[in-house]
Amino acid sequence: MKDFKHIGTNTGKIDALSLATGQSMFVDDISFPDMLQLKFLYSPHAHAIIEDIDTTLAEKYPGVGMVLTYKNTSRVIHTTAGQGWPEPSPYDTYMFNRKMRYIGDRVAAVAAETEEIAQEALKLIKVQYKVLPAVLDMEDAMKDEAPIIHDEPEVKGAYDPKRNLAAHILVKVGDVEKGFAESDVVVEDTFEVPYAQHCPIEPHVTITYLDEYGRIVIRTSTQVPFHVRRIVAQVLDIPVQKIRVIKPRIGGGFGVKQEIILEDVCAYVTMKTGKPTRALYTREEEFVSSRTRHQMKVNVKIGAKKDGTFNAVKMYVLSNTGAYGTHALTVASNAGSKTLPLYNKAPNVEYIADVIYTNLPIAGAYRGYGATQGYACLEQVVDEVAHKLELTPLEIRQKNHIKSGETSPIFRALGEGREGVTQYMQSCALDELIEKGAKEIGWLEKYGKKTRNGSKVRGIGMSIHMQGSAIPLVDMGAATLKMNEDASFNLMYGGTDLGTGLDTIAAQIVAETLGIKPEQVIVYAADTDLTPFDVGAYASSGTFISGGAVLRAAMKIREQIFEVVREMFGEYDARDFVLEDGKVTSKKTGKSVTLSEIAYQTLYVKNQHQIAATGSMVSPYSPPPFAAHFVEIEVDEETGIITPIKYVTAVDCGTPLNPELVRGQIIGALVNGLSYALFEEYKFTDSGRMIGSNFMEYRIPSTRDIPEIVPIIVRTYEPTGPYGAKSVAEININGPIPAIGNALYDAIGVRVHKVPYIPERVLEAIRNKK
Amino acid sequence: MKVCYSINGKKKEFEINAGEVLLDVLRRNGYFEVKGNCYMGTCGACTVLIDGLPYTSCTMLAAKVDGSEITTIKGIGTLQNPHPLQKAFVEKGAVQCGFCTPGTILVAYALLKNNPDPTDDDIKKMLDGNLCRCTGYVQQIEAVKLAAKMLKKGDE
Repeated sequence: MKDFKHIGTNTGKIDALSLATGQSMFVDDISFPDMLQLKFLYSPHAHAIIEDIDTTLAEKYPGVGMVLTYKNTSRVIHTTAGQGWPEPSPYDTYMFNRKMRYIGDRVAAVAAETEEIAQEALKLIKVQYKVLPAVLDMEDAMKDEAPIIHDEPEVKGAYDPKRNLAAHILVKVGDVEKGFAESDVVVEDTFEVPYAQHCPIEPHVTITYLDEYGRIVIRTSTQVPFHVRRIVAQVLDIPVQKIRVIKPRIGGGFGVKQEIILEDVCAYVTMKTGKPTRALYTREEEFVSSRTRHQMKVNVKIGAKKDGTFNAVKMYVLSNTGAYGTHALTVASNAGSKTLPLYNKAPNVEYIADVIYTNLPIAGAYRGYGATQGYACLEQVVDEVAHKLELTPLEIRQKNHIKSGETSPIFRALGEGREGVTQYMQSCALDELIEKGAKEIGWLEKYGKKTRNGSKVRGIGMSIHMQGSAIPLVDMGAATLKMNEDASFNLMYGGTDLGTGLDTIAAQIVAETLGIKPEQVIVYAADTDLTPFDVGAYASSGTFISGGAVLRAAMKIREQIFEVVREMFGEYDARDFVLEDGKVTSKKTGKSVTLSEIAYQTLYVKNQHQIAATGSMVSPYSPPPFAAHFVEIEVDEETGIITPIKYVTAVDCGTPLNPELVRGQIIGALVNGLSYALFEEYKFTDSGRMIGSNFMEYRIPSTRDIPEIVPIIVRTYEPTGPYGAKSVAEININGPIPAIGNALYDAIGVRVHKVPYIPERVLEAIRNKK
Repeated sequence: MKVCYSINGKKKEFEINAGEVLLDVLRRNGYFEVKGNCYMGTCGACTVLIDGLPYTSCTMLAAKVDGSEITTIKGIGTLQNPHPLQKAFVEKGAVQCGFCTPGTILVAYALLKNNPDPTDDDIKKMLDGNLCRCTGYVQQIEAVKLAAKMLKKGDE
């Protein structure tokens, strides 16, 4: 492998010290004296029609700037999913609507001088509802007599709204029924994964204002600044040209900020009143009225030969998109497309998904994006096949998993709402990941041993995973570089660092390519006026697409520099030029010139021009990162409490461009996955109201919840990625549910079919076994 | 009503409403380094030191701490002259989105004042009220230990 100067080093995150010293870097760290505060009124009914709404008193309340309802706002039906265009999510949403589809749906909003005034004015809005029967359960929603949630004729792109079906997928390879018939064993099981929330510590927040030319500036906490611009333009029916979106530092996203939630409303108030407007979600609003993970029931059936080779794999996914269909189709696609190719030996594969509208909060994109739910079931059923054939979990996976040079028909058959793109694996270290992870956890010594200490029993389990690096031939990112006198470079790119460290990696890529230090790169992102386009941060696209764009821009700059040097040196073969340590040297003649001298010459002296370039990256490849997860748990048979003792994750993300940042992504995703496996879950009342929409009752992990965590980074080289890299942000959230489920089975021989594995469910499983 | 604080060593006087919490008073007056909005004391992002001890400013009545010394993250170090904790958080990769970082560092600061040589367990117990969704905490704990080492070497 090539030696790098900056790639593969732990360059300190370039924004970290500013963040750690409390500089004003977030959306809400500015204020305008005449700023309006936006507050929302929400539906108390899970399903209802607004028969009458009277805002007269609210409008008259002193300090109120504007009251918004369906009567005086945009009537453009759209999707809030911040995806590429044309969007694969159905158009089923208005800024405000007459029909209420869940407890938490928007009835109205007030923009007022203070938040208190806005809250008081909301109380003065009189609403008369006609309450409709609601449906909270996916299976009930599919019944003939179920109330129809989207009965408006304007709905576009939903599969069959009359049957509450937001999306439907059916993909067949070979013939699974024949495959099962010809298998020696057939195993089938179903697991249910719940509603959960991303819980970024900074909730959704947007500030809008008019610039000196009357254009609308949207300063917002988003993962998708360019999609925000496009969708706000669509909803407000104004040209894209009238809008500027600025993404400052973002306080976490995890998918929930891939959604246009506050931006259109805020921008509308600013457009109508001319005043700056601010909307900041409370924690309760973040839980109830932003987005969640799709609750899913996943059924997997595997047929295998005696030697363990899979002959047929069938997956059926029932997915709950809640009241609106944002990411309905694509999350369900990914539940199959990011899991099934892992077991590419099976000649017969079938994937079916039904995505259902219910009168519950809106699901959306969440780190893992369906793969988390798919693996929750798949990786436990794989273990069940192993047990039936008396193979170990390691053996069955080693026999069946995808390897370098191989492909799976699923890559082509199942794309993101359309046909996919065939992928051949060019880097895949799964064998090594399994071997190293097993060694670290002590697999041979511990598996099947069921060490007991009173009522507490130890067990170990494992699972393997893949994800992707962006959506092939869909996701595009671009970057612009320009050179300054002191050999510093401005990097302006659309990539959206939401805390991951993408801006730092971008600086490292530039530094590596141009023979400078990362500190010499001034990174600016993302701003729709000043930076080129990028789809944004989702689908594990940051390193691969945004980073790839930065590399392409830097390669063009290299060429431009060499062009100048050719003339300066009177030499013509750039292969003789070495660009490092801030200068270009000719291997042939020994002549040398610093980058600073080149900049001065081109800016001021001779053949004057700006050395600058833009690179774009779109790829037919979406190289999957891979991971093997191993966990040792202790389960108390008396209390049902599962305690993870040690968690090992071995990860192949190609070249780790910055190992410390990679480690951060691995551990961060893993801990989120651990709490999703063990305690995070929405609970609803019978009327569909979320119970406990705060951090007291919906607990997310704290320092006390983490076991010993050992991340192992296995370096490979992915030829299609920047300096051999693949993306890594999502994959590690997928492991804890199946790995802990398998460890639980190893310890006490039971499976809990409903996630999270809370003590009550563990105890119930123990009782059922007896 | 009026309250008077010493914030990061500077005397300040503010006009407040009787029921206001400290977080709102601070942010309204431009102390944007104080984050958080759960208003239940559950996430810890709004932590400030009041007379040297960490409190969640979202649940602290502004009037109650009239006359106190308040320290925000800007009071323990600057971009030009960061505190070892701030340096260690950068070095160990303990800052991802950075939204929880000021609160977490202030709690760690209070810990190291009383316990210059904390074990992993001490750190976990002390930081358990500061939620972070990005890091998974491992690097934060490493950073606090590194800072403890730096402080012992006299790097302050």
